[in-house]
Amino acid sequence: MLLDLLIILIKSAVALAFISLTAMFLVWMERKVSAHFQMRYGPMRVGWHGSLQLGADALKLLMKEDIIPKLVDRWVFIAAPVVVFVAAFLAYLVIPFSPVLYVKDLNIGLLYVFGVSSLTALSIMMAGWSSNNKYALLGGFRSVAQIISYEIPILISVLPVIMLSGSFSLIGITEAQRAFPYILIQPVAFFIYLIAATAEVNRTPFDLPEAESELVAGYNVEYSGMKFVMFFFAEYVNMFTVCALATILFLGGWQGPILPPFVWFLIKTYVLLFVLMWWRWTFPRLRIDQMMSFCWKLLLPLALANLLVTGLVMVLIK
Amino acid sequence: MSELRTEEYHLSMGPQHPSTHGVLRLILKLDGEVIKEAIPDMGYLHRGVEKMMENRVYIQIIPFVDRLDYLAAMNNNLAVVLPVEKLANITPPPRAEYIRVIMCELNRIASHLVWLGTFALDLGAVTPFLYCFREREPIMDLFEMAVGSRLTYNYIRYGGVASDISDEFIRDTKAFLSYFRPRIDEYEALLTENPIFLQRTKNVGIIEAKQAVAYGISGPMLRASGVRRDLRRALPYSVYDKFTFDIPTGTVGDCWDRYIVRIREMRESVKIVEQALAGLPAGGFKIKVPLNLKPLAGEAYVPTESPRGELGFYFVSHGTNKPYRMKCRAPSFCNMNILQEMLKGWKIADVVAVLGTVDVMLGEVDR
Repeated sequence: MLLDLLIILIKSAVALAFISLTAMFLVWMERKVSAHFQMRYGPMRVGWHGSLQLGADALKLLMKEDIIPKLVDRWVFIAAPVVVFVAAFLAYLVIPFSPVLYVKDLNIGLLYVFGVSSLTALSIMMAGWSSNNKYALLGGFRSVAQIISYEIPILISVLPVIMLSGSFSLIGITEAQRAFPYILIQPVAFFIYLIAATAEVNRTPFDLPEAESELVAGYNVEYSGMKFVMFFFAEYVNMFTVCALATILFLGGWQGPILPPFVWFLIKTYVLLFVLMWWRWTFPRLRIDQMMSFCWKLLLPLALANLLVTGLVMVLIK
Repeated sequence: MSELRTEEYHLSMGPQHPSTHGVLRLILKLDGEVIKEAIPDMGYLHRGVEKMMENRVYIQIIPFVDRLDYLAAMNNNLAVVLPVEKLANITPPPRAEYIRVIMCELNRIASHLVWLGTFALDLGAVTPFLYCFREREPIMDLFEMAVGSRLTYNYIRYGGVASDISDEFIRDTKAFLSYFRPRIDEYEALLTENPIFLQRTKNVGIIEAKQAVAYGISGPMLRASGVRRDLRRALPYSVYDKFTFDIPTGTVGDCWDRYIVRIREMRESVKIVEQALAGLPAGGFKIKVPLNLKPLAGEAYVPTESPRGELGFYFVSHGTNKPYRMKCRAPSFCNMNILQEMLKGWKIADVVAVLGTVDVMLGEVDR
């Protein structure tokens, strides 16, 4: 019993270290990708092609004065970045990076991931509400409206996958794709998932909660130093989560020829991450009502239709 | 439990805000995200330039106007020089007039590029901003070669221009134009037909032609509403009557029309510069004008087409070496007045789209 607990603790620590490194790498990657899209070099000075830039940045932010404005709701203000970070981290406990690399295999793994990632909405609302700033409040409102709406098409778009694999466990779903990845028979679900996931992690074209040109910085406008880093990190961790989930649900997870499973998993996930970055540096941003109607009037019916067709075909084949 | 209620609130957008393009403050009365009322509050950049100019001799006036609309300093130079030349009966040599047109049109392209970049940035597309600045750079380099400075030129003078342009400048300008044309297509590929861009700009912030005229709107904004009036054609100044170019107009008067009009204007400016370079006459670039210029007593106003609209300086001269009164008709100040009416009922996200297409330049709004 105690040993089991210890093993889980060690595994969690490894997962924490992994996602921290991943988040740092993603920030560097985003800066490089955006730079090359825009004919710049991006960070070049610290380390090889700026690869150590994030270390320098993290150090700088750690040493910054931790400012808590006078009129904020103090405890909520302090708790919000903790909640966002915990929520982002919890999802990693069930993600299988390879047949052996995972912390815990839950039989409701998928539901668990969606459940804990909803906590992000809570923390953003906390941050927006407690900051006592109108821009932050607007950002918080937008974010909650957006995350809650887009969770519905996400869930419905992954239902066909659950129907096909007959499992909620992420490992079960991966293993059900031994013959072929589900993207081949569920391309519509894949695209709905990817679009809704972009909205879920607040990235362009759905980055309204932190729309700089409208809301200055949105919900995290009053945060500085380490608290800001927590939000910033959580954003990239969440981005990795949704891409990893897409890999598991539609691209066959760790499975692939020749290369080791872990490498395959990372390759697939990073291709998706690159796509998300590509979108961010290409598209303008939607307006709040357009984004909502896009979700409710297009994505949701499409996801439902896809679900219906999948069900019908499955019954007919049987 | 007390009853739930909603209330309107005020949001002070600016004077320091990433997309008010300077120090404009918009007082927004909001119901959630919907705007009930928008009041532009300006004056944060007031320097009293007009009064300062009235206390300077004529030659000292030109550097001031560089700092009004600093993105189109050449056009400002021309606008301030023309009425004084009219008062003092100065006719610049033809070569000078051609050089003026070349510079003004290049500056118009540069100004529209900054507008396009920041507008795309306001809508959340970051990359076009950097593309636009990449193309603006060679224009700045050209100005540096001809004038010596990159932003505030003080180049167009009474009786001509400050210095002649070199063959090298002509060669580089031609090279730039052929490089620049396909770049416009690149911007259009990124934005014009992009569904998200269309959603954000089509039928947003409509100004009808009648309304536009009533508000005294000018420039690309007026033409986007479908009024075909370009001062380069309507009241030709300098040598604009010698060039053929189209006047792009919109149909609806929404943000998208204002966008496409400016894009097409860049293409037309390229055409004008090409023609001016081809027809550049030989001869002097400046006639001798006394340094302590004393125009005849009288009044003069020459409206010009700046990248933002009708720009003109009204001079009253009493025959002394300083203007008795000077008044600047700043296009973006006049264009901005419609904001109050335009923004009602739209959302916060539309404020930046509408404000972006008005193309305010706070340097000339607050003088």
